[in-house]
Amino acid sequence: MEDQTRLNSPCSRYLKRKESIRYCCPRLDFTPSGRYMMVGGHKGHLAIVDMKQMSLIKEFQVRETVRDVVFLHDETMFAAAQKKYPYIYNRDGTELHCLKEHGAALRLRYLEQHRLLASINEYGQLHYQDVTDGRMIGSYRTGFGRTDVMQVNRHNALLALGHSGGKVTMWSPTSSSAVIEMLCHKGPISAIAFHPTNRDLMATSGKEKKVKLWDMRNLKGPLQTLPGQAETLDFSQKGLLARGTGSFLQVLRDSSGTQKYEKYMTHPLVKGYQIEKVLFRPYEDVLCIGHSMGWSSILIPGSGNPNFDTWVANPFETPKQRREREVHSLLDKLPPETIMFDPTKIGTVKPPRKEKPTKEEKEAELEAALEVAKDIVPKKKTKGRSKPSKMKKKKQEIIANAKRPFLEQQMKEDEQMARKKQKGMEQVELPTSLQRFARKKVTI
Amino acid sequence: MKVKVISRSTDEHTKERSQDLQRVFHNYDPAIRPQEKAVEYVRALNAAKLDKIFAKPFVGAMDGHIDAISCMAKNMNHLVGIFSGSMDGDIRHWDIASRRTVHQFPGHQGAVRGLAVSTDGRVLVSCGTDCSVRLWAVPISTAMELDVSSDKSVEPLETYVWKNAFRSVDHQWNFDRFATGGAGVDIWNHNRSAPEQSLEWGTDTVISVRFNPGQPDLLATSASDRSIALYDLRMGKPTAKLIMATKTNSICWNPMEPFNFTAANEDCNCYSFDSRKLNAATCVHKDHVSAVMDIDYSPTGREFVTGSYDRTVRIFQYNGGHSREIYHTKRMQRVFCVKFSCDASYVISGSDDTNLRLWKAKASEQLGVLLPREKKRHEYHEAVKNRYKHLPEVKRIVRHRHLPKPIYKATGLRRTMIEAERRREEKRKAHSAPGSITSKPLRQRRIVRVEE
Repeated sequence: MEDQTRLNSPCSRYLKRKESIRYCCPRLDFTPSGRYMMVGGHKGHLAIVDMKQMSLIKEFQVRETVRDVVFLHDETMFAAAQKKYPYIYNRDGTELHCLKEHGAALRLRYLEQHRLLASINEYGQLHYQDVTDGRMIGSYRTGFGRTDVMQVNRHNALLALGHSGGKVTMWSPTSSSAVIEMLCHKGPISAIAFHPTNRDLMATSGKEKKVKLWDMRNLKGPLQTLPGQAETLDFSQKGLLARGTGSFLQVLRDSSGTQKYEKYMTHPLVKGYQIEKVLFRPYEDVLCIGHSMGWSSILIPGSGNPNFDTWVANPFETPKQRREREVHSLLDKLPPETIMFDPTKIGTVKPPRKEKPTKEEKEAELEAALEVAKDIVPKKKTKGRSKPSKMKKKKQEIIANAKRPFLEQQMKEDEQMARKKQKGMEQVELPTSLQRFARKKVTI
Repeated sequence: MKVKVISRSTDEHTKERSQDLQRVFHNYDPAIRPQEKAVEYVRALNAAKLDKIFAKPFVGAMDGHIDAISCMAKNMNHLVGIFSGSMDGDIRHWDIASRRTVHQFPGHQGAVRGLAVSTDGRVLVSCGTDCSVRLWAVPISTAMELDVSSDKSVEPLETYVWKNAFRSVDHQWNFDRFATGGAGVDIWNHNRSAPEQSLEWGTDTVISVRFNPGQPDLLATSASDRSIALYDLRMGKPTAKLIMATKTNSICWNPMEPFNFTAANEDCNCYSFDSRKLNAATCVHKDHVSAVMDIDYSPTGREFVTGSYDRTVRIFQYNGGHSREIYHTKRMQRVFCVKFSCDASYVISGSDDTNLRLWKAKASEQLGVLLPREKKRHEYHEAVKNRYKHLPEVKRIVRHRHLPKPIYKATGLRRTMIEAERRREEKRKAHSAPGSITSKPLRQRRIVRVEE
């Protein structure tokens, strides 16, 4: 049972002894089981904390600006976006890789099931890298400039970026343009968060001091608009929304289940502490706050999921279980092509094409056929058989042949229309007593 | 102030001693497992690939015969034994588990053309080209009594000599009679030295004879005048005759649906018929490229195995138009007889190269005793593969079989020929008066006429 508000600076002793580096504005990340937390301070301090025993597994200084940290598949490896490039480190602090292709990354995110490390850099370029074999799956220029708001939607693995024009765009590694573009706010986006269990709920906050909740199935308007600014947003496993600005933190809850969020708890920090990031701890009723003087953890009753599944995310994992899980989850690694807006479409049948192609489609097909026909060069013949006039004639013949099936089809349809019209007209012309002598369809 | 938060005690969730069982907690909420369709698709792909990795169907070969194997018989009461007869008159009883000859039955002077075991497993009947029918007592011995040096030859119980060479024999189910096919169909009793009844329709040799498992008095035969005839012993006369375009080499009744039978034909197809309505086949099973020599149903009635002159053994679903599995080896030559084992897990083929070969019915099946966890894993793989087997990537892997080059080329050639014929037929139809040319479905096309 944890105590109430506790200020945790596990390395304060270390710092006071060594140098007076301020442990400021750390970025936080949890492993999916909630057991381990990664702290990466802006001044270059990296630490892995075992949250169960509140002990420090490893801490070290990289002596460079660290803009973001993220755990890879489990606590044994993590990535830190440092000043020039992101680096991947081992649990013991050994540097494993330097990812030069990403450039100066501002934010990092890890897609667990696809094993992809995604980063957005200071020029607005998005990079997806497969961490199992090191291949760069996609590098795309977003076209919207510099942004440092990036969040992953765990349900469909789309990466949401918030831009300075108020737009939220969602990206997949297989397309060079955004899958979805939504104009959410009138000012720049400051934070995005996705509900972990409800596939459709998204919260965004803009610098015009509004927080909006969206239903992803109906992108026309927000479900709810809440007043107030939010530098950082996070959803808990039970759907509580934490919003932090400056030194003020508020937790909202929809008690009735109708997705109408109301105030639940507020927590003002000591004045002067600036909140950098809020993160709910999975499977516990704890909210961790990274602020300019270190990090804190507070109790929020009702925020965590009390029932965990041993085979999905196990806070009491033994090393043997961890090894087995690693191998099994590698076998289940999803290919990047399965990232799409609606992942339930995999394995379903495409609806059949309409019977008749429209006029535009017909014209497009004709154009395509003509293009192909024009590209054909007839063979040059010897002994004076390939005179320029003959070659020209041959070419015209090829183009006419390409057009012919379309013209025949057109003629057939015209004929049918004419026949129908004629029949209709005949019936109209004759007086009623002679209607039965009107020409009927001739069957052979 | 009392605050209610989640609290978990470490004792409950971790084990105290190393011999304690690890406690497992479940939360079946699908919301904590995102992208379940994509995960299932990847698992289906992996299951299909694993299936192919573990597909090792050949178990072993039993050699001992010195001439081509012409017929086989299985004993319904004894799972591990099989009888085989060869073209030089040698009949052997094999123990499949150790793949060795247990007993030999010498006596026939010419080729042994038919073998059958009575339903109670005591009497083996064999017939051959030396115009004789021999009855043998099946010796009952367990594997422990087997001694390599002991005398393995058995004397025949009875030898009956008759007027013509015999082509096949089959024993009636649950009774004491057996039928031989030669110049006509002869019905014998164990104790009589001459046949009780002689049935005949036409003057052609009867190539194969099969008793119906469900109705013991019903008999199906195939003759060299391209016909399949059904006989009823109670009436003492034939009931129906079906003449096809090509000759049928072998017939087998479906043990689970005894009114249906499948005929292995010379034109590379097998035809399944309902014996009550013979004017059209219920299913045509195509895939062989040469004459189908023998056919046997699995005891489940859902699959059958065929052996063909094109040196392959194929397994079909009972209602499938194409084969589910193909087995071939460079050393296996023309396959003359096949049998499905009585527990539906093995297939035995006897071929021209004097060997009997043992194959698994499901190529990637794990033999032996499975742990419950392994069984569950296999069932899961099967289920997830079946759910996604229509997707092109999974279908490609599941369908893929390596064919020997002559078979691959012959299949391509047949396809071209059939396509050409079909195109010509379509053009003839298109250019003639509508309705003047009608095409019959393949199930009826190969049947010339049905009599009586």
